[in-house]
Amino acid sequence: MGNNGGFENRFGMNTRLINWFGYASPATFYPLAGKMIPWFWALAALFGIAGLYVGFFVAPTDAQQGEGYRIIFIHVPASWMSMFIYLVMAFWAALGLGFNTRLSGMMATSLAPTGALMAFLSLWTGALWGKPMWGAWWVWDARLTSELILFFLYIGFIALQSAIDDPRRADKAGAVLALVGVVNIPIIYFSVKWWNTLHQGASVSLTRSPSMAQTMLWGMLLMALAFWMYAIAVSLTRVRAIILERERHAGWVEELEEVAT
Amino acid sequence: MILSKPRSVGVVHNCPMLEASNLECVRGEKSLFRGLSFRLEAGACLMVQGANGSGKTSLLRMLCGLAQPAQGEIRWDGEPIRKLAEEYRGELLYCGHAGAVKDDLTALENARISATLAGAPVDEAAARQALRQLGLKGREDLPARVLSAGQRRRVALTRLLLEKRRLWVLDEPLTALDKAAVATLCGVIDAHLAAGGMAVLTSHQDLPLAATHVAQLRLD
Amino acid sequence: MGETSLFAALGAVIRRDLLLAMRRKSDVLTTLFFFIIVVSLFPLGIGPEMAMLRQIAPGVLWVAALLATMLSLNRLFAADHADGTLEQMALSAVPLGVLVTGKVIAHWLLSGLPLALLAPVLGLQFDLATGSLGVLVVSLLIGTPVLSLIGAVGAALTLGVRGGGVLVSLLVLPLYVPVLIFGAGAVEADLTGLGATAHLSLLAAFLALAAFFGPWATTVALRIALE
Repeated sequence: MGNNGGFENRFGMNTRLINWFGYASPATFYPLAGKMIPWFWALAALFGIAGLYVGFFVAPTDAQQGEGYRIIFIHVPASWMSMFIYLVMAFWAALGLGFNTRLSGMMATSLAPTGALMAFLSLWTGALWGKPMWGAWWVWDARLTSELILFFLYIGFIALQSAIDDPRRADKAGAVLALVGVVNIPIIYFSVKWWNTLHQGASVSLTRSPSMAQTMLWGMLLMALAFWMYAIAVSLTRVRAIILERERHAGWVEELEEVAT
Repeated sequence: MILSKPRSVGVVHNCPMLEASNLECVRGEKSLFRGLSFRLEAGACLMVQGANGSGKTSLLRMLCGLAQPAQGEIRWDGEPIRKLAEEYRGELLYCGHAGAVKDDLTALENARISATLAGAPVDEAAARQALRQLGLKGREDLPARVLSAGQRRRVALTRLLLEKRRLWVLDEPLTALDKAAVATLCGVIDAHLAAGGMAVLTSHQDLPLAATHVAQLRLD
Repeated sequence: MGETSLFAALGAVIRRDLLLAMRRKSDVLTTLFFFIIVVSLFPLGIGPEMAMLRQIAPGVLWVAALLATMLSLNRLFAADHADGTLEQMALSAVPLGVLVTGKVIAHWLLSGLPLALLAPVLGLQFDLATGSLGVLVVSLLIGTPVLSLIGAVGAALTLGVRGGGVLVSLLVLPLYVPVLIFGAGAVEADLTGLGATAHLSLLAAFLALAAFFGPWATTVALRIALE
């Protein structure tokens, strides 16, 4: 750092940069995350209750699909989150590879199970919704098929990381895979869509349904926010566990109340 | 092991120099060594010693850039080796535990192909000459599969003769070699040092080098 | 390092891997026979009606090609990793990306190319017309290099990892989906008289993309594995 000091001072960016990267250190992030988690849980509950209320009591019954359509208040937010979480994961992965920050890899690792859960939830609710709508549990609809492949990508990421013993190598290898995956996701989505239109007519899509009322959209947005808050709360909890596991011999961990017993 | 002052060995100045400062090696959760600093100048040789598991191979792999030190930096000619990349690799010859000898190729093919992969192709005559010098006369065209462990080691060591590199990093080069081969190898290393080369090596056996600028580094 | 010596190094790696494969032919032949057997099993499982077989032929041949490529991925880096050659490549004065590209090309010459050349013979079992057989070969010729390029990333990531052989299929097969869709789609489009040009151009676009990103990602993954 000796040589860089002068450069940074001259540009007056030194203190801000250091502060910013300060939170990237596990020792600083651990207590900060601990303070944030209850807030995110509270927000998740708040948005969840509001979203479900709007979804079940305010939103009108759909003209074509009756009451069964109400599963979209889970299905659509879960699909959104499953895709969004993969992007966030790839973002942390790129950061970790680029700047070699330890926390980034831990963040990516902690997001993967939640992303996989969202993808699975989306598939499951998709099947539940498909049965009354299409008369089959599974149809090779473009969205469902892409979601299935996304689910496979999550499983691959988790499997790769758990097969590698050295956490640093696991982080880096996972990061490369996540980045390769994120380049591929649009290509996969586009291919599956093309394949789908060639093999069958465009399927009924709820989200594109013209009759969608304003209140339905509000319900979905509220639920999406609830899922978002839930995902943050859960992955922060998970990242705290990962930090404790990996840094168990570091001085600051041994001084923690919850560790000292 | 803690070495506070950088050691400096060597005779010729104003030449590229290998410099390690404040290196730390972490394996699993254990710190194998920390605060390790040294300087290596042209014509000098560094013998790294220590018990099994003391981090000798890890140190050598760090010097090559294959592994990253947990702390500290390695510089070649004042530049961190991370930044130099291929430029540094062009000055470097690493011979690890695994000899990179292919069973299915003959001794001659092995010698020529490894030189080509290193970015320094050689012609057949030069490769045969190097194999003969290391005592493999008459075995040039045998597949490496049928050679003994010592002979395979010699095939791996032909790279010392074929690739013109300034810095040699040799991990246990004497393994499986007989007395005559050890003497030959010492001669090769001495010639390299006399010509202004540098070497970092590990060995459990004594290496009877004639060179005078040999420093010992103990990792315990 | 001049441009000519980079190409010389690229050529040397390809020649070396081909030479090694010639000395140990069984590795290459096993993959080929796997392809033949898998394709021949489908009529036994489904029944010999020619109309049905013609319809499933593109999908069956392409899925079998995917699986056969998968099988051969393990030998891409594993042997070089075990005997230390990979370390030497990583320390070469030649950029590792060039050497990796050479290895991927050699892998394709030993797996993708023979599959593509063999495919028309197997296509006859499924009563494909001559024109469709041509499209099948072209689609495999463009598509299988993509499989080698993407597969190399997976092989590098799982190098020396517990259960690497099975793991690589989990990582790589989902990424093969676009190639499968457009590869099999090309033959199908030809069968239904739609023309395969669009599919083949898209496959070529995938190839360009994979050729650009693949070796880079593989190089990064290999350096991680060697650390």
